Amino acid sequence: MAEGIKDKVAIIGMGCSKFGERWDARPEDLVTEAFEEAIADAGIEKDQIEAGWFGVFFDEQNVGKSAYPLSQYLRLPNIPVTRVENLCATGTEALRGAVYAVAAGACDIALAMGTEKLKDTGFSGLPERTKGTFEDLYQPGFTAPGAFAQLGAAYAAKYQLEMSELKRAMAHISWKSHENGAINPKAHLQSRLTIEQILDAPTIAYPLGVFDCCGVSDGAACAIVARPEIAKSLVGDNYVTVKAMQLAPSNGVEMGHQSWDGASTITTRRASQRAYAEAGISDPRKDISMTEVHDCFSITELVLMEDLWLSDDGRAVHDILDGRFDAAGDIPCQIDGGLKCFGHPIGASGLRMTYEIYLQLLGRAAERQLKDPKFGLAHNLGGIPNRNVAAVSIFGLND
Amino acid sequence: MSSYGITEFAAYLPMKGLQRASIFDAVGWAQGGLKAYARGTRSYAEWDEDAITMAVAACRNLASDSMSFAAQGQFCFASTTAPFLDRQNATVIATALNLPAGVHGYDVAGGQRAALAPLMTACRQGAGDIMVAAADKRPCKPASVMEMLSGDGAVALRLGAGDCLVELVDCEAVHADMVDHYRTSATGADYVFEDRWVRDEGVSKLVPQAVLPLLARHGLKGADLSHFILATPNTSHARALVTALGLNKDALADPLFDNIGHVGAAHPLLMLVNILETKAEAGQWIMLTGFGQGVDAVLLRVGQKLSAYKPRRSLAQQTADIKPESNYLKYLSAAGGIDLDWGMRAERDNRTAQTVAYNKSQDLYGFVGGACSACGTAQYPKSRRCVNPNCGALDTQEPYHFSTRSGKVKSFTEDWLAFTRSPPHLYGNISFDGGGNIFMEMAGFAPGELKIGSAVEMQFRIKDIDTQRGFHRYFWKAIPKRRD
Repeated sequence: MAEGIKDKVAIIGMGCSKFGERWDARPEDLVTEAFEEAIADAGIEKDQIEAGWFGVFFDEQNVGKSAYPLSQYLRLPNIPVTRVENLCATGTEALRGAVYAVAAGACDIALAMGTEKLKDTGFSGLPERTKGTFEDLYQPGFTAPGAFAQLGAAYAAKYQLEMSELKRAMAHISWKSHENGAINPKAHLQSRLTIEQILDAPTIAYPLGVFDCCGVSDGAACAIVARPEIAKSLVGDNYVTVKAMQLAPSNGVEMGHQSWDGASTITTRRASQRAYAEAGISDPRKDISMTEVHDCFSITELVLMEDLWLSDDGRAVHDILDGRFDAAGDIPCQIDGGLKCFGHPIGASGLRMTYEIYLQLLGRAAERQLKDPKFGLAHNLGGIPNRNVAAVSIFGLND
Repeated sequence: MSSYGITEFAAYLPMKGLQRASIFDAVGWAQGGLKAYARGTRSYAEWDEDAITMAVAACRNLASDSMSFAAQGQFCFASTTAPFLDRQNATVIATALNLPAGVHGYDVAGGQRAALAPLMTACRQGAGDIMVAAADKRPCKPASVMEMLSGDGAVALRLGAGDCLVELVDCEAVHADMVDHYRTSATGADYVFEDRWVRDEGVSKLVPQAVLPLLARHGLKGADLSHFILATPNTSHARALVTALGLNKDALADPLFDNIGHVGAAHPLLMLVNILETKAEAGQWIMLTGFGQGVDAVLLRVGQKLSAYKPRRSLAQQTADIKPESNYLKYLSAAGGIDLDWGMRAERDNRTAQTVAYNKSQDLYGFVGGACSACGTAQYPKSRRCVNPNCGALDTQEPYHFSTRSGKVKSFTEDWLAFTRSPPHLYGNISFDGGGNIFMEMAGFAPGELKIGSAVEMQFRIKDIDTQRGFHRYFWKAIPKRRD
């Protein structure tokens, strides 16, 4: 077993643009907004950055291919920049690239930036994309809500729940995230909802209603990482360390083998097991202070509580309704409002989650500040339950 | 008795029937005369069904597996609404049916006698094993008489030598270029001439020219026929022949107007299937005719084995299962008669990489996956390494047919956001009986009908339409399991 990256890399500065329907902004504006915050936070000069990773997902719109736009927007001094894309884990992949480069000693200071401009599609929701020249010929023409809605039908059947019971727990998830997002000035949706409003919303893809779905927004987020000894010299104790970054992509079992029950995400289970091991966490329910998980839909967050080993199998509904993941609960989930209130500009999301954990660990989360968080977990689930990439990252205090 | 004739038969009807009264309710303001037809239902195919898919479904309703078809046989597809003008439609069907590669396929088109052509040819020149599939999804102008009279459907026959269900005894043909109706790519739909002229100058005069000599050649009279089939859209035409041919009135075959309507080139065979399923008895004579720019007449004699034959799914059962629809616009959209605004999601580019479609034609059209010879796991698509997480063997997969497998719904959604011409879009994971899991589209379930564990079977359907390039592609969908 490799020794992993625990405590080998520090995050010394982060930035996050206002998320939302940024009709006013181009990707250049979003990237600049996030970067200026991060570089001021780190207190370094732009020229001290030695390499960059740029996460953007959609080729169909946004900034096109390659990381060249990052270099251009920030007028970087021709340092190496690399575009990464790995579905909804794209932002986290940008960070992983930068973290690995620093951990390897290839550079002292690196930048991870992610952005997405979703609101140029012309309609609500994500742009249409190809699944591959062969896959397009047989895979269903699905939407994201329809593909994730499958979890709801399968989960209810597996645990013999009435759909109304499951829907109540799903509604609690959305209600909780809106309560959190309402006090976050960078969130896209800063409104509160009642459980009844959520339950009465029109169906998008059975069993998901409109308020079971996360927002669709524009945004950018970024991190500046460095080796801990450099971090100390630059920002004193004002940094957090990376405890683990793990990734688990599907290998086709969900699509093609009957062993998958359709009510969980195999990849999250694999990635989180490895991440807890890498971070040296043996009891996540005790050690993890907060999570930012991939709540693209309420049902996703529900099954993730089990897949991240924070609820026993079949118990997520009860734990959610008991408030265990509310702001005042044992392990608050989406204390910033989550994808639900931030929306999901794909390239930025993983870094947006990291941003909230960074603020919380450093005690800079204003009204949302949790009491003495020690470890924060960020999770992305890219793709669909049938074929996905799960990323689990754990960040902690610098001691 | 050694003979040549029909060894198997089956029909296919789409799942839905439009109540003709609802056509009249919608368009009666424009064509008040349609009231005369505003009773019963007409079958109609969904947006993702066409003559090809219905032909595949009819062949799959035959008693024996299409994969057992003779390697040197012929496959004939007859239709006036074949989706492709230049791309052999029969080959698409043959691929979907996994017919042996040596089978000679061909399309017959050009008129209402198309489906009788292989029977006539076999009668006159002799032939080996033939599979015939006839299907039509006739484009009809809204408020036209043909919209009232037509239906959508398909028929499949197998012909061969030996102890047949029905013997092809003899045939006779007359050609006469009477334009009772016509359709060109420019007209799009049928242009129909006065019905009384067609009856008096066409049917009444031309049909006897073929039928009477044929009867005489075998020492028969009209009254010797137990069943007489004339498949013109207007059901009064056959009655006009009773006297001229000396028929018994009860020998006139049911035109199937009440529940189905006239299914174009497939209609003579559909009427025949109905008779074979419900009325025909050993030793009876049947006269099967086709009318259109002349007459084809085929004399048939029912054999002893007929009573023992059962298609996988009977016409009677399919007729009983038709779900009545009263929303005329739903039918019109499915028939391609109205172009609704489906929103920007419908703009997705569905260009087909033909290189891939050809490489994978067995996988896609034949629905052939793989079964691992090391661990036995069935999987789709066939891949280099086995999907079983406990196996993963390399290059061990043997062809495995999913098209004949049933399965159960493991997960699903009714997606009101995704683009489909028949919302909600249905898709999910299917666990196949015998192994394999496929994330795929479904059809034929009304909203609220799909459940975890619902039993499904496979049906060949249109998958996507490439509106930019006038192409469409096919794949399989899970439909409610409903085989007899």
